[in-house]
Amino acid sequence: MTKDDCKKLVTEIIADIAPDEDMTNLKPDVRLRDQLQLDSMDFLDIVMELRKRHGIEVPEADYIQLASLDSCAEYLTPKFNAIEGKR
Amino acid sequence: MQSDATPSHYDVAIIGAGMSGLAAGIRLAHFGRRVCIFERHYAPGGLNSFYGVDGRKFDVGLHAMTNFVPPGVRGTPLGKLLRQLRIEREEFALCPQKQSRVVFGSAAKAELRFTNDFAFLQSEIAARFPSQSDGFQRLAALVKSYDERVFDVPHVPARAVVRQYISDPLLEDMLFCPVMYYGSAQERDMDLSQFVIMFRALFLEGFARPLEGVRRIIRILLDKYKAAGGERRMKCGVARIIDREGTAAALVLDDGAEITADHVMSSIGAAETMALCDRQEKRPIGSDPAASMAAGAGTSRRLSFIECIRVLKMQPRELGWGSDTIVFFNDSDRFDYARPAQQVDLRSGVICLPNNFDFGAAELEEGWLRVTCLADYDQWVNLPDERYRADKLRWMDESTRSARRFLPEVPDATLAAATVATDLFTPRTITRFTGHLEGSVYGAPDKMHDGRTPLKNLYLCGTDQGLLGIVGAMLSGISMANQHILQPAVKG
Repeated sequence: MTKDDCKKLVTEIIADIAPDEDMTNLKPDVRLRDQLQLDSMDFLDIVMELRKRHGIEVPEADYIQLASLDSCAEYLTPKFNAIEGKR
Repeated sequence: MQSDATPSHYDVAIIGAGMSGLAAGIRLAHFGRRVCIFERHYAPGGLNSFYGVDGRKFDVGLHAMTNFVPPGVRGTPLGKLLRQLRIEREEFALCPQKQSRVVFGSAAKAELRFTNDFAFLQSEIAARFPSQSDGFQRLAALVKSYDERVFDVPHVPARAVVRQYISDPLLEDMLFCPVMYYGSAQERDMDLSQFVIMFRALFLEGFARPLEGVRRIIRILLDKYKAAGGERRMKCGVARIIDREGTAAALVLDDGAEITADHVMSSIGAAETMALCDRQEKRPIGSDPAASMAAGAGTSRRLSFIECIRVLKMQPRELGWGSDTIVFFNDSDRFDYARPAQQVDLRSGVICLPNNFDFGAAELEEGWLRVTCLADYDQWVNLPDERYRADKLRWMDESTRSARRFLPEVPDATLAAATVATDLFTPRTITRFTGHLEGSVYGAPDKMHDGRTPLKNLYLCGTDQGLLGIVGAMLSGISMANQHILQPAVKG
């Protein structure tokens, strides 16, 4: 999986969680919170959807890694690849 | 996903298929929990349900869904709810109100109209209470900026705070009347955070309803719950919660069967839930009793209502009742929101004309007039059947007559000829079908915002957790499921 694939999966999750948000022109290097109206309940849902859909665990201490799409990709891509490797 | 998956073991058991129980169930089932909702009644919806008489469906509860905001307005309870339950806005098909009023006085009437556009209410106040207009703006600013999520603050009586902004007692009462009728479990005053939540829900946001009323909301929730894999047992309540060492170890169902669950969420009320537990101490749930007494919640009695429902063979507008969606009325010197000394208090009440939402090209087939008044449970509960029926008829007449003083005049004979059916539900009806003590619609005066109980795996959601209205009830189920079950699991 590439970092771009990973960003796509995260974007899909956000689009499902917050269908009322405009996801076009999302800047990958800017904090999601600064571009979209996401509260802590929504971030909890992102974490839970990552687990539900992809089996990825994000410990609470690492939530900060989900701040922007770029940081999501940095943090999550190795986790995706590790899981794919196990399959 | 959790262990012990036997036919009678669930990750989560939910007591009550009302708005909060269903919403909690959707969240939990969506995230893979094995959930079952146990409901004693045959119909879902709880306090917001419906019943059939002669093939006609009568709604109970929902006059209007509060908290309505148009698409594109973000960061509000409605948006949060839709997101958390993965419901598309269009699924609820909400239609906004036309216009509502607060009208006070018997002869010379004071009136405030409001719509889903807050600026309209501001202009009404500027026109009718010019000296209060500045204060009202400042009160609105306070309400907008108030952080109601800080639940651990002591009770703050709202009346005293509002008086710092509004010096005219008439306007004060006119603002409290709708806010109290649509969500206060406490007599005469309310907690500031509750006032803020209700003020936003009614005035800053607004009223809407689906064409089919509450049944559409219930259907959407049931569909989501089922699609997520949730189970549901109707006509099967929970008779007893078995308490072992401070844990809800098992639930005994009405049919005598026993089930177990890792977590139990109860939407049936705090006292009602504790009554199911075989504990000596029945009242250990709740916040600081001294603070609660200071705010008046501790001394407040439970509030109940009657509602008279009249079905018309024409649209209300054909009788001249086409402009009002909801009318809050009162004719006493001071608005007295309290359990009445008589069976029913006719001095104030709420009129709902559900035809007068903006349904676009569609409209309800029949006309409806609903009138709600405060009622005293004690004077309804033990009546012999014959007397009960006679009293229902009497108050059906009296409540409609009282309410009509605040609507454009229609001759008695015209209304009688237009009426095809009437019904009245009473405090006794409410307790019979929902199990809520003393016919209480908004639960106990004292709320338990964190939802905790003396049993460590038993949590409250719904009216006694403190979020009110249909949107509030659903958010209560959502937030309690998040806080007590989903979030701790993520933390690991």
